[in-house]
Amino acid sequence: MKREIIIAGFGGQGVLSMGKILAYAGLLQGKEVTWLPAYGPEQRGGTANVTVILSDEPISSPLLQKYDIAVVLNQPSMDKFEPRVKPGGILIYDPAGMTRQPERTDISVYSVAATDTAAALNAMKTFNMIVLGGLLKIDPIVEMDNVMLGLKKSLPERHHKLLPANEAAMKKGAEIIEKIR
Amino acid sequence: MTTKDIIKPENLVYGKTKLLTDNVMHYCPGCSHGVIHKLIAEVIEEMGIQDRTVGVAPVGCAVFAYNYIDVDWQEAAHGRAPALATALKRLNPENVVFTYQGDGDLAAIGTAETIHACNRGENIVIFFVNNAIYGMTGGQMAPTTLEGMKTATCPYGRNTDIYGFPLKISELLAKLDGTCYVTRQSTHKTANIVRAKKAIRKAFENSMAGKGTSVVEFVSHCNTGWKMSPVQANAWMEEHMFAKYPLGDLKDTEKKHYEEPAK
Amino acid sequence: MEEIKLMKGNEAISHAAVRCGCDGYFGYPITPQSEVMETLQELKPWETTGMVVLQAESEVSAINMVYAGAGAGKMVMTSSSSPGISLKQEGISYIAAAELPCVILNVMRGGPGLGTIQPSQADYFQSVKGGGHGDYHLIVLAPSSVQEMADFVGLGFELAFKYRNPCLILSDGVIGQMMEKVVLPPFKPRRTQEEVVAQCPWATTGKKGRERNIITSLEMAPEIMEQRNLHLLEKYRTIEENEVRFEDYHCEDADYVCVSFGSSARVCKSAAELARHEGIKLGVLRPITLFPFPTKKIQELAARVKGFLTVEMSAGQMVEDVRLAVNGQKPVEFFGRQGGMVPTAEEVLDALKKQLIK
Repeated sequence: MKREIIIAGFGGQGVLSMGKILAYAGLLQGKEVTWLPAYGPEQRGGTANVTVILSDEPISSPLLQKYDIAVVLNQPSMDKFEPRVKPGGILIYDPAGMTRQPERTDISVYSVAATDTAAALNAMKTFNMIVLGGLLKIDPIVEMDNVMLGLKKSLPERHHKLLPANEAAMKKGAEIIEKIR
Repeated sequence: MTTKDIIKPENLVYGKTKLLTDNVMHYCPGCSHGVIHKLIAEVIEEMGIQDRTVGVAPVGCAVFAYNYIDVDWQEAAHGRAPALATALKRLNPENVVFTYQGDGDLAAIGTAETIHACNRGENIVIFFVNNAIYGMTGGQMAPTTLEGMKTATCPYGRNTDIYGFPLKISELLAKLDGTCYVTRQSTHKTANIVRAKKAIRKAFENSMAGKGTSVVEFVSHCNTGWKMSPVQANAWMEEHMFAKYPLGDLKDTEKKHYEEPAK
Repeated sequence: MEEIKLMKGNEAISHAAVRCGCDGYFGYPITPQSEVMETLQELKPWETTGMVVLQAESEVSAINMVYAGAGAGKMVMTSSSSPGISLKQEGISYIAAAELPCVILNVMRGGPGLGTIQPSQADYFQSVKGGGHGDYHLIVLAPSSVQEMADFVGLGFELAFKYRNPCLILSDGVIGQMMEKVVLPPFKPRRTQEEVVAQCPWATTGKKGRERNIITSLEMAPEIMEQRNLHLLEKYRTIEENEVRFEDYHCEDADYVCVSFGSSARVCKSAAELARHEGIKLGVLRPITLFPFPTKKIQELAARVKGFLTVEMSAGQMVEDVRLAVNGQKPVEFFGRQGGMVPTAEEVLDALKKQLIK
């Protein structure tokens, strides 16, 4: 098993922490993991992305040209990473703020309306967990229990009260994700 | 009475401190470094701190200071002595740490290190010998060179329109919250030597009591670089240097210690 | 059971430093390595092991604090990224000259000048050929994983004290910023002052019960200075004989070998996997020590492979040492990306086909 994943969007959307939770969950499942952010001013606005690799084998290059899964959360990220999904791979996007639909027909395309859902729930901070819930519904690379454990590990104790809301958000994401093609 | 009759322990009225080594000093005749070294060595001996004192030597005339005072020494790169002293003191707080620097070392190339060590209130002593010139490299202009004063790199006199003004670095250091004691001394007369020695002792005591950074400036001359006899140089120093760099204490207090803000 | 953690290379350095009994860290913030000091400040080791952590006013000041700490026999370190490492070169030259042990981390970014904050390996020459003035060498370790970042702190101090020589960990923005699994070294207490004095009789610990110690690199007599230079040279020869480290990744049956270090070696391993799918026998030789350089290993390989491709995130620096080792026996080609760009496995394989297989 090996999954090469890019998660990309605006800084502040929780792109890096979503990748981190995924990596933690992979670690808890005994997988080899790498988490490599595009670092720099992206952290403070602009676009952010992170490459996460989960594998049963040792990982050579943490940098990739092509991905099994691309999660794109803004238009520049879709423009950049849609062409770099491997044939037969998966593209997941949030339609909010997108000016065009994905065009590839040789990949599976899913839409997860995480922005609208998070707004409706008045819980914008759980946005990334909705997306993650959707991703794991489509490709259950890691178990939900391990995601929650990973989240618990990456959150400082004073924020542990937020765990139930995050779990609910993941479940919501799994419900609302829909296949476009 | 023969010489032999006179040289007896019971007739001893003055002796060199054993902390001064027997190495022949490389300083020019008339230079004040020798007196200042002797005073520092005497104070270290009198305080009984020889075994835990570490000196930091500069680049400049006093680069070989480590050959003369019998304590552990480190030789710094030009201007970096206060950074060395910072680490030495923090890593071994039981040690007594001092730097010995000239005007070029402390007030030109090492200005940042000097200011920040003082501003952090490092519990170290900085001895600063100000003779308004770069002695070792052959008499070039220093940051403390007086207005109109001639040096090898301002042979027509320091033009303040080009080179700015004599830097009163001790006044600047006295303004910093981390310094506890900033004083300006000289060693050209017996009374001054006595006062200077007291200042040296006080500075060491401050550092051991954790009061903050102590800076002892010695207004000095460089008779070789100034192209004067030692006597002429002393007279010129009294007339001109003391006017710009007046002797006396600039600051005598204790740095404030941090208190956790109330939650 | 050993606890497996997930953390950035920069964070692993800090945890490892505290755990291996480091006495002091002195640094100045610069991207992409600021997490090193941030993590140390968060760990508050001064409350547990007694380690000193200090943010200096400049890289220049930080390296001089390291110089003094090393002179006092302490296990001290600093970290920075390329432009900051340039500033430290004066101090590094003094430390090498005074033969003092310390660890210096460079998380390389692209240059020259202010350059970019993105990863690069363009400080190879500076690291292995002597970035400061005078004849000297650092022991240079090149980690290619977060695990090696953690491991090389302890190894770096071990080698630094063994040879009384500064040790440089030459990393880059990829390894510093990437999170991977890491098993941290076990906690080792800091040495007591008695142990420091016993281990480092030359250190400026205070002259109790001995002659005074002087740490200096100044020598006015050329006859004596030359002897010092020769002594250093002899030490470097000993290091070259004893401390060469490398990783051999499928070179045993290789027709072609990529020579690459750090993060670009990871990319080359992926390229080797791709190549072998296509039936091209590609191996990777990853120098772990850049000084001493695995010259003998490369000479051995040169006798039996068809050619070498050196891959670096630079305009081609280590390739000169590979060519010196191969000495014209086989073709040595170069592929690199610069400016913060990281090569991909596909690009490396392409370069191999175009430049060597033809």
